[in-house]
Amino acid sequence: MTMVVNPGKRDRLWRSFVIATPYLWLVLFFLVPFAIVLKISFADPTVAQPPFTPFFDWSAGAGHKILATLDNYRFLLEDQLYLVSYLKSIKIALISTVLCLLLGFPMAYAIALTPYPWRNLLLLLVILPFWTSFLLRVYAWMVMLGKQGLINNLLISIGLIDRPLQMLYTDGAVYLGIVYTYVPFMILPLYATLEKLDLDLHEAAADLGARPLHVFRDVTLPLAMPGIIAGCLLVFIPALGEFVIPALLGGLDSLMIGRTLYDEFFVNRDWPLASAVAVVLLLILILPIMLFQRLQRETDT
Amino acid sequence: MTETSGVAKTDNGGACTGAPWKDPSQKPFIELQSLSKRFGSFAAVDNISLKIYRGELFTILGGSGCGKSTLLRMLAGFEKPSAGRILIDGTDITETPPYDRPVNMMFQSYAVFPHMSVEQNVAYGLKKEKLPKGEIAQRVHEMLELVQLPDLARRKPNQLSGGQRQRVALARALIKRPKVLLLDEPLAALDKKLREQTQFELMNLQDQLGITFVVVTHDQEEAMTLATRIAVMEAGRFVQIGTPSEVYEFPHNRFIADFFGKINAFDATVIACDGETLTARLDNDDTQIRTRHAPPLEPGTRCVIGVRPEKLLISTQAPTQEGYTVTRGVVEDLAYYGNRSLYRVRSRSGQVIQVSAQNYQRSAELLLEWDDEVFLSWDSSCSVVLTQ
Repeated sequence: MTMVVNPGKRDRLWRSFVIATPYLWLVLFFLVPFAIVLKISFADPTVAQPPFTPFFDWSAGAGHKILATLDNYRFLLEDQLYLVSYLKSIKIALISTVLCLLLGFPMAYAIALTPYPWRNLLLLLVILPFWTSFLLRVYAWMVMLGKQGLINNLLISIGLIDRPLQMLYTDGAVYLGIVYTYVPFMILPLYATLEKLDLDLHEAAADLGARPLHVFRDVTLPLAMPGIIAGCLLVFIPALGEFVIPALLGGLDSLMIGRTLYDEFFVNRDWPLASAVAVVLLLILILPIMLFQRLQRETDT
Repeated sequence: MTETSGVAKTDNGGACTGAPWKDPSQKPFIELQSLSKRFGSFAAVDNISLKIYRGELFTILGGSGCGKSTLLRMLAGFEKPSAGRILIDGTDITETPPYDRPVNMMFQSYAVFPHMSVEQNVAYGLKKEKLPKGEIAQRVHEMLELVQLPDLARRKPNQLSGGQRQRVALARALIKRPKVLLLDEPLAALDKKLREQTQFELMNLQDQLGITFVVVTHDQEEAMTLATRIAVMEAGRFVQIGTPSEVYEFPHNRFIADFFGKINAFDATVIACDGETLTARLDNDDTQIRTRHAPPLEPGTRCVIGVRPEKLLISTQAPTQEGYTVTRGVVEDLAYYGNRSLYRVRSRSGQVIQVSAQNYQRSAELLLEWDDEVFLSWDSSCSVVLTQ
């Protein structure tokens, strides 16, 4: 027999490759780093290079003694600082997500209803801020919000206030910064779902006796749900671990977990404790998503 | 319970019988008064007045862009008229929003809510009326029985076939017992076999419920088989309103004649016209055509006379019937369809005339051959004068 190229086999190979690629990516850039972080979180800090104790003690006579310790996690529970900054982060991330949704939904809907040449322009405007450095934009907010900033000067010059307002270094500035930065991540997935929405469905609901508010509640909202969920996750997840915005715009009491994490790593050089903080943060993020997915699978069947 | 059936007849008084549009004492059920809809300088609907009677299955027929959908959307309340009024059952609903109109619509896309089950879709209209749960369940059940979907109540729309989805849309529109049901291209998305079946079901349903139907379609066959009356629409206006046989047999003009099947159109000059019968001479031919359905025209007027292909008789021998118009030609082409044959005959004037002949006999296709000299004849009551 001569060589026969089996197209089925080649197809299968190709398919496995295509399926394997994202998994490979996940393993390499998520699972492996996470495993390392997880490992470090069970170690003790030492003054060495790297600055933590090994997992196993390989030294002669010690056998395979495991040096792992839960001390770091215990410490997270003992010191109020961590609980406070976790809660503060969750609160800021949640409120920012809701604000992004309230702001992003009407914008996404308006874009989806805009006729074509204009629609692309509006979409472009939504992603336009990404063309400048994120850091620069945050600095720009500092300039505007400062005591001698644009907004204060303007308010004083029109006589609305006579002393400059404290806007910079407050929670409000943090919310403003986060909402400003992340609202495109809410708009884009929302736009993608709303754009596909069949307007006949709205008319059908109206035809069957639904007033505009009911049409929105009964048809628009449930059908936009995938976009709402995607947008909320895209805002909530990075907002929860946000470091730069609270560091630059927030006050001393705007202590979010990203800042705590940074301090443990770079100021205290306590890698194991910082790793434990990171692992718990990941759990806070992953658990609700997993719960949600299970819930959705149940409602689907 | 006084009510025995959730889909009991409304007070519409049953299906349309007779021809109420011919009786001036009849009150119209739907009345459009000088209705217009302009988009910028373009008039999608141009000053239309129309009376539709209770229990009618009224069809608006026209090509795309003729304004038929705009008209339907104005009836549903999705478009605001630029001018004119809409009355249903004596009530002016021109300013009434869609959710308060006694009108329901079946969308061309069906617009079945994808996130609701069949049951929830059908129940939606009643929920908006805030009816008690028991009554809703009862009526939904009965409605699903009526459209033959009781087993699929729990299914989601993506688990249904196109035909089933259409029934859901129909059930959903009918459950509120509207005074008028609007149907936008109800059969367009169905395959041929399902179309025929659905067509008869629609007619039965309409008969059973006595609801006035207004159907919009671009399909003349759909219009012909469904309708009590057809309004042919072109460029925002009605060009003819009549029963299916009226618009088919007595089309007002070439456009309508061509819209409903084929027609042979002869250019001719009027010789005489006595009010009942018009005699005309064909151009480039000395054949005289006599036609009984004609407007009064002066001798010498140019006119177009139309004859449907199936009204023509084809024979090798000169026909002898009294009152027939006879012309001669040569068979140029013929097609055998089994039940009938189609001939293309070139007349002496050079015009190609189409003849559709029933094959009464088994050997019918053998009787005529290419290049045979034939006589074409038709009764004077079969031709019609078309205004161009």
